[in-house]
Amino acid sequence: GAGIATLAGRGRAAEALEPNTWEEITTYNNFYEFGTDKTDPARHAGAMTIAPWSVRIDGLVDRPADYALEDILSRMTIEERIYRFRCVEAWSRVVPWNGFELADLLEMAGVQSGARYVAFETYLNRDEMPGVRFPVLDWPYVEGLRLDEAMHPLTIMATGIYGRDLPKQNGAPLRLVVPWKYGFKSIKSVVRITLTAEQPPTSWNKANPREYGFYSNVNPEVDHPRWSQATERRIGAGLFARREPTQMFNGYAEEVAGLYEGMDLTKFY
Amino acid sequence: MPLGPAINGAARRVPVWAVWIAGLAPAAWLFWQAATGGLGVEPVEALEHRLGELALQLLIAGLAVTPLRRHLGVNLMRFRRALGLLAFTYVCLHLAVWLLLDVQTLARVWEDVLKRPYITVGMAGFLLLIPLAVTSNDWSVRRLGSRWRRLHRLSYLAAVLGGLHFLLLAKGFQLEPLLYAGAILGLLALRLRLPRRQAA
Repeated sequence: GAGIATLAGRGRAAEALEPNTWEEITTYNNFYEFGTDKTDPARHAGAMTIAPWSVRIDGLVDRPADYALEDILSRMTIEERIYRFRCVEAWSRVVPWNGFELADLLEMAGVQSGARYVAFETYLNRDEMPGVRFPVLDWPYVEGLRLDEAMHPLTIMATGIYGRDLPKQNGAPLRLVVPWKYGFKSIKSVVRITLTAEQPPTSWNKANPREYGFYSNVNPEVDHPRWSQATERRIGAGLFARREPTQMFNGYAEEVAGLYEGMDLTKFY
Repeated sequence: MPLGPAINGAARRVPVWAVWIAGLAPAAWLFWQAATGGLGVEPVEALEHRLGELALQLLIAGLAVTPLRRHLGVNLMRFRRALGLLAFTYVCLHLAVWLLLDVQTLARVWEDVLKRPYITVGMAGFLLLIPLAVTSNDWSVRRLGSRWRRLHRLSYLAAVLGGLHFLLLAKGFQLEPLLYAGAILGLLALRLRLPRRQAA
């Protein structure tokens, strides 16, 4: 009910979306801390400790602290958001997330006037995460958004899917979801949020700056150096399905294009 | 008991057609699984990757035949042609899945070949394998004589390109493509050292 009402106000893009099944969402994941195969997270993430969980919110905020997840949840309004999810690897699906707006969380901590960016960090535990034994990336995984992107009403912190708790392979218990950006921006299992004045480092950009920019907005016109981003393969569509055209800002152009007015998106990719 | 003779004795009892059947079975199984949901929710990618990995494994197996005989006395020479042709078959299947089920548009296939180095490299490796597959019959071996051996050294380059193709497509710094590349380079290095041993 509430979710649908919210969606109606979020533009045309969301209206006709048919969510993928629970299985399609939870058995094909990128969470390299548990291995680089798409099936590794579902197989190995069970070992991750997600309770108790707290999120350190620090940097340029009025009330820096370790916030217990229960305390955060007690102050947030959980709603459903059915979003397109487009991976930089050119596959996509539709996920019925449950979560709250990141803006509400940041306002809880009190964003100071000097803050211009938000940095995020994923949980890291070498005993629980077999994938971090090999330096696929520089662990822990970090991501970042410009403050206006972070405060945008489409940007949420997800806590569930289909009204159930977020599975560990999908980034339990709390993950970012930024629907107009490639999936890797939507950092999983967040333990730290830091408000900064400078643009923070991000994991894939550190690993390969030519291929992964800070912005990483979904853009069919700017190819990944190793593959085209013009089309995408819909998860669950089967062996003989046609590729589908990728939409500018993943279908959310109406809501977010204004954030990038005047920017050369081939340069700030 | 030395390992070589024991393995050779067992290998003599294995008919070559059995290698063909064992080699083709995974392809049939993978296509069946892909069509019936056994490869998960994104069967195209899974099928494409598994076929590519099997092609590399068969190329490596083919490259291992000579060093196994020279250094360990294990003689699997009878199976080498089957291994090579199986590798070529898997490269063709991998390519077909990429072309027909993944990329789907011929214009984009061509664009990818020109623009994406890992695809250029993979395609070059495939092209190198074609003359080898065409001349894998007895008639060509007889007909080409010593030139046949020289021609079939292209398999070294094809394997290196296959390994490089895998290395170039990995996201981040991954172990698996490094292991494949290491195996390929290692098997080629064993050949480089050979002349010195013979001279001694």
